[in-house]
Amino acid sequence: MEYQEEMFTIVGCDEAASEAIARPQTTYWRDAWRRLKQNKVAIFAMIMLILIILLSLFGSQICGYDHTKMSMDMNQRPSLKHWFGTDKLGRDLFARVFAGGRISLMIGILGALITTVFGSVYGSISAFVGGKVDAIMMRIVEIVSSIPYLIVVIMLSLMMNDSGVGSILLALCIVGWCQTARLVRGQVLQLVNSDYVIAARTLGVSNWKIIRRHMIPNTMSVIIVNLTFRIPSYIFSEAFLSFVGLGISSPNTSWGMLASAGKETMLFYPYQMFFPALMIALTMLSFTLFGDGLRDALDPKLRR
Amino acid sequence: MVKYILKRVFYMFLVLFIVTTITFFLMHMIPGDPLTALVQKLPEQTKINYYAKYGLDKPVYEQYFVFLKGIFTEGTLGESIRFPGRQVLDTIQKYAGYSSEIGLVAVLIGFIIGIVLGTVSAIKQNKLPDKLISIIAILGISLPVFLLASLFQYLFTVKWPLFPTLGWGTPAHKILPILCMSFSPLATYTRYMRSSVLDVINQDYITMAEAKGMSFAQVVRRHVLRNSILPSLTILGPNIADVFTGSFVIESIFAIPGLGSYYITAVNDRDFPMIIGCAMFYTGIYILSLLVVDILYVIIDPRIRLTGSNSK
Amino acid sequence: MAETLLQVENLKQYFPVSHGNLLKAVDGVSFSIQRGETFGLVGESGCGKSTTGRAVLGIYKPTEGRVLYDGKDISTYTKQERLQFKKNAQMIFQDPYACLDPRMTISSIIKEGMEVHFRYTRQEADIKVKELLAAVGLTEDYASRFPHELSGGQRQRIGIARALAVKPEFIVCDEPIAALDVSIQAQVVNLLMRVQQERGHAYLFISHDLMMVRHISNHVGVMYLGSLVETAPAEEIYKHPCHPYTKALFSAIPKPDPDADWANTRMKLEGEVPSPINTPPGCKFCARCPYATQRCREEAPQLRDLGNQHKVACFLD
Repeated sequence: MEYQEEMFTIVGCDEAASEAIARPQTTYWRDAWRRLKQNKVAIFAMIMLILIILLSLFGSQICGYDHTKMSMDMNQRPSLKHWFGTDKLGRDLFARVFAGGRISLMIGILGALITTVFGSVYGSISAFVGGKVDAIMMRIVEIVSSIPYLIVVIMLSLMMNDSGVGSILLALCIVGWCQTARLVRGQVLQLVNSDYVIAARTLGVSNWKIIRRHMIPNTMSVIIVNLTFRIPSYIFSEAFLSFVGLGISSPNTSWGMLASAGKETMLFYPYQMFFPALMIALTMLSFTLFGDGLRDALDPKLRR
Repeated sequence: MVKYILKRVFYMFLVLFIVTTITFFLMHMIPGDPLTALVQKLPEQTKINYYAKYGLDKPVYEQYFVFLKGIFTEGTLGESIRFPGRQVLDTIQKYAGYSSEIGLVAVLIGFIIGIVLGTVSAIKQNKLPDKLISIIAILGISLPVFLLASLFQYLFTVKWPLFPTLGWGTPAHKILPILCMSFSPLATYTRYMRSSVLDVINQDYITMAEAKGMSFAQVVRRHVLRNSILPSLTILGPNIADVFTGSFVIESIFAIPGLGSYYITAVNDRDFPMIIGCAMFYTGIYILSLLVVDILYVIIDPRIRLTGSNSK
Repeated sequence: MAETLLQVENLKQYFPVSHGNLLKAVDGVSFSIQRGETFGLVGESGCGKSTTGRAVLGIYKPTEGRVLYDGKDISTYTKQERLQFKKNAQMIFQDPYACLDPRMTISSIIKEGMEVHFRYTRQEADIKVKELLAAVGLTEDYASRFPHELSGGQRQRIGIARALAVKPEFIVCDEPIAALDVSIQAQVVNLLMRVQQERGHAYLFISHDLMMVRHISNHVGVMYLGSLVETAPAEEIYKHPCHPYTKALFSAIPKPDPDADWANTRMKLEGEVPSPINTPPGCKFCARCPYATQRCREEAPQLRDLGNQHKVACFLD
């Protein structure tokens, strides 16, 4: 069959349709929050955490006992009078558990915050400057992270004569920043080679502006998720130290200390160990679940 | 490739040296020394003799050199001060042996089962097996090991006396500790494996393999496993090393004579030679395991071999 | 103002890879671009075109050779001069999905370069953004959107707008249409030509799409494995390709004529593209060239002038 030009008419293309915008307008964070809200488990975990934090702050007020006040009601089982029972000195366990919660949470959050900030800055600088500086900085990280954390922690705890919160924090943080540094460095390295950073450089944007405007917002999600996962690991480390006997000293108490004390009498008064251990488990669980949800919400790769 | 290994081995020794040095000096900064308890009731002259015998009267850096000399010339880590007559090296060997009997088995169980569970979980994503396994995994990493151990001890030795409560000697003594210790690695490996299998399974080359006619099981065996196992291997090294400090907690709850509890005891006794010995041992094993993992990485991932760098 | 805007002299870009080997991405490339003109650089994937484009902008430091912009060697720039160069020479990237920061609004992306080189007030900048969006065929409500809301073609236009924002004299287009649908490709190329008409800048148009290059370029250069094998005015090279590689390459262009005797004019090449690592001496193409001689294997041919601005790097003829 012969085709002639007259048989065809030019239809063109529908310019309007091709220019239509694909998705409704929204910023990255708002979109992430929307995704997070859809994740029931993560929201539940978040509520749990808020609850635990509130109880830790106001626990004593709620149950009406001071956590250091001793009484004659020793080793009582949980009852309406003492919701978690009492310990061997007659102190109300509910108040004690949440007083301990203050310390444990504080160590967990502060420890994670400090190491995350330090590690992030360290990793970013290392990746951004690159070259020899990067090589040296990473060598240092390798060496520090090869140090078995237990050794350092135990040594440091013993070295500091006061076992206050500060020294425990220091001991935990000394080695902990390496993981964050490596993580952030990896992320920044990726960014440094991405097209839009090269474009910014080609446009003449100064290094500081590039860091502020491109690097930081794009690494934020990784840093935040990492932070959320570090908190339970610090809480656990503190609990472990206390269990081993190197933790906080009286009158301060933490979940680890309470669990350790409770272990002595576990066979007779199991509730003395059960409640602090439960709090540790619940908190760690909630942070982990929340962190999972957060990571899923912030990860643009899952965009549909 | 050989150059790479040599470089890493050199590194290993360098780090070991640095850590030992730091530990040595840190140790001497702790208040107290091994002889304080021993000599407090003794006359002055005897005290001085004691200190001189162990060289503890000399300044710290001199003690350091004596220590180093001991290693290089005689290959010894010294004698325990708290328990005279016990060689540090022998003690470590013996107790590390006990720790590893439980620890290595626990890690191995955790690893193997974790890998399997993780893979299954990923394959049946969002279905019932996945949800169940994920719950187990989350619990495993959230429940503190001492809670678990205490619980198990209570349940399985007191409430339902199936196993001996504490002590050492028969295989029955080992079961509970191993079970407790394997929970955490199991959970970790499950999570890691699940996430990397999920990544791999969505790749085009898997679809291709299936399109070629391979059964799903074959695909998993030949392609999926090998490619997703790397992140888990990375942590296997440090996990194995951790085994040797033993889980101090498990050892103390079940009264097992392991290295972990020995280390803590030594620290509390300020038994310097033991402390240093344990620290060195642990660091050495730890770094060695990192090295082994690195080498395994190079062998397994051809991208590293060819490009000479980690293409992550 | 001199006519020659960009002069590349014997540019070599070598990258060290593992075990002491050298990857010769660009191995002695020389060409020049006049003001307001488009130079098309074609070749297979991996022949070094993108690396050349980046080296020309100073993103890589040349291993050997010089890049002269407006007569001056760009590696000798002072800080001031380099800033000025960044205003004059811009780049448009290949991957529209990677070239825009996902966290920034379109408006901020376009303004980014302007903030460095011009002193506009907020209102002035906003007006400029609207003008640029219009210039690339987009409406002003795009200004407050995010890259993920746009299609590939739209993103590429934003990339163009961003480059145009600093009023450059020279733009390197690194495979700007490779990632786009065919229908959008034509739109984007026509857009590039239109803004060039309006603003008078020069292009280094890097692509492996031979017909597009013919459409947009004044001058064309053909690269193979890091070397420039032939360069000539666009129509000349397509009508009279001289180098064996060029001949083979162009013979592979599909002709929209069902009656043409394609099978017989098609020149097929034997062999595979060798690796750019540790290339042997001699002509890079000799392993696959049907006319290779012993001399070709030993000596690397230089570009020789055939007249009519047509240069070939070959010993034949």
